[in-house]
Amino acid sequence: MTPIHEGKLQYLEELANKIREKIIEMLLAAGSGHSAGPLGMADIFTVMYFHILHHKPKQPKWPDRDRLVLSNGHICPVLYATLAYAGYFPLEELMTLRKLNSRLQGHPHRGTLPGIETTSGPLGSGLSQAIGMALAAKLDSKKYRVYCLMSDGEQDEGNVWEAAMFAGKNKLSNLTAIMDRNNIQIDGYTENVMPLENIKAKYEAFNWHVLEIDGHNMSELVAAVSEAEAIYEKPTLIIAHTIPGKGVSFMERDYLWHGKPPNKEEAARALKELRTLGGRIKSEHE
Amino acid sequence: MLNPELKLNEKLFDADVEQKPTRDGYGTGLLQAGEENRDVVALCADLTESTRTEAFAKKFPERYFEVGVAEQNMATIAAGLGVSGKVPFIASYATFSPGRNYEQIRTTIAYNNANVKIAGHHAGISVGPDGATHQATEDIAIMRAMPNMKVFVPCDAIEAKKATLAATKILGPVYLRFGREKSPVVTTEETPFRPGRADVYWQPPQGKKEDVAIIACGIMVHTALVAARELEKDKLYVTVINNHTVKPLDEEVILKAAGRAGAVVTAEEHQIAGGLGGAVAELLAKKMPIPMEFVGLKDAFGESGPPAQLLEKYGMGVKDVKEAVKRAAGRK
Repeated sequence: MTPIHEGKLQYLEELANKIREKIIEMLLAAGSGHSAGPLGMADIFTVMYFHILHHKPKQPKWPDRDRLVLSNGHICPVLYATLAYAGYFPLEELMTLRKLNSRLQGHPHRGTLPGIETTSGPLGSGLSQAIGMALAAKLDSKKYRVYCLMSDGEQDEGNVWEAAMFAGKNKLSNLTAIMDRNNIQIDGYTENVMPLENIKAKYEAFNWHVLEIDGHNMSELVAAVSEAEAIYEKPTLIIAHTIPGKGVSFMERDYLWHGKPPNKEEAARALKELRTLGGRIKSEHE
Repeated sequence: MLNPELKLNEKLFDADVEQKPTRDGYGTGLLQAGEENRDVVALCADLTESTRTEAFAKKFPERYFEVGVAEQNMATIAAGLGVSGKVPFIASYATFSPGRNYEQIRTTIAYNNANVKIAGHHAGISVGPDGATHQATEDIAIMRAMPNMKVFVPCDAIEAKKATLAATKILGPVYLRFGREKSPVVTTEETPFRPGRADVYWQPPQGKKEDVAIIACGIMVHTALVAARELEKDKLYVTVINNHTVKPLDEEVILKAAGRAGAVVTAEEHQIAGGLGGAVAELLAKKMPIPMEFVGLKDAFGESGPPAQLLEKYGMGVKDVKEAVKRAAGRK
């Protein structure tokens, strides 16, 4: 995989910012949903869909596409916004999130919405579904790779560790998991709710290759994914340290923003911050 | 009399009738499905011998995945395979799958509409000595209530094989229910099996009109046939329907039989609540309210013991079917 050159990096960072704006607008329109996780994962989703994945938005069922499985379905606003910017469906449709008759369900449903690889929401089941796709690729001698984006909080689920054992045993080198290590879940900080550390050592003990990155450094993600492609005997886990609520100062690092949307006034403040790059520029685009 | 058109086992009432567990039919059906379709894959949760997955695993090691004692993982890995062009069959005891992994099946197989076939083994109390923890008695209810899911309860090993092969050709989630214990072989290879189509296995002798229609599934089909033959001695005439497809229910055949008889008895090795009886009651309440009696477990767990004695103790013996028929007839 080629590194991101400087011109593209700036483009991707601006795109991630637009996706964050869209997330705020969608959540305001929906009146419910999760804020912190989607904002924190905007950089990673942008790089995945605009640099890493081999995919064809106009041909969403292209058999050789790379698969991206979103395990923690509740951060779907970032998935929907990224898919729309990538061209899977019209941007206008984003504002139907969580509304009656919408294809944009409160948690993703594989069915009518193009680009959704699997239904998710109940936590801890994405990694094993990604394993199933990776096994199918090996059976069919296909070159596509499978990426599972999962949260840190969902590591509490037993299903995740069943999956981790299986992937390690079967040396699924075409599987890369990316963990959003943002340290929060609904009831508080992960290490208070149920301590996860040492999470790197745990996965290594299950025969995974484990890397840690700054989840807001796009080049680090590309380098880590490239390294994962070069590991032939193990699945790879990329622990991406992210800031929940990234880009909106009053949401950042606060677990109370895990599971709620902004109200009108909060959304206006959030959008102003995003549109002025945190006050660093005066003019505000629409 | 037995329906002559269906080519049922002529020895089915004999004391030395051939006996085979329905799980054997899963094993032979799975193997044949694997031979016919290279996309068929199998997963098992550390129970390859007792779920009869063994033959497939030996013949197609590259298409068999051992997941260990991890039914949640088995269901979700299968979901991933099922949306990637494969036809995965997952097998464990029904108390664990679809028992323990209910939510994974609901979200990632049923709602996700993944092409996964779920084989629930050791169903019913005829599991015997293992006791109630291993006797699945609510699985039809939970699977039948799930949108997108089809539910098959074969009556013998031969039909079990046919149901397994039929499931391969259905695109979408399917639940197949199998028993552990040997049970009489009711059908033959020539007996027709059509998914979603119930068959009348027993009908009154010429010139007699039926008093009650018995609708049965699984090993209770044989029990119902034995009861039907004995009831004729008491001048009570019944039809017996093998309702192997609990979902989607064959409304046409059931309503026709119920209409002729005017009273219905259902028989299943499952809780009365939510199973085959519930499905038939839902249909009749809406389209043809007539007297109905239920043979099955009465809101109880089983226990350890010999299968035949357990079935009698818990109200699923020949005597129980006969009494239910008499009660239903008496309510007309």
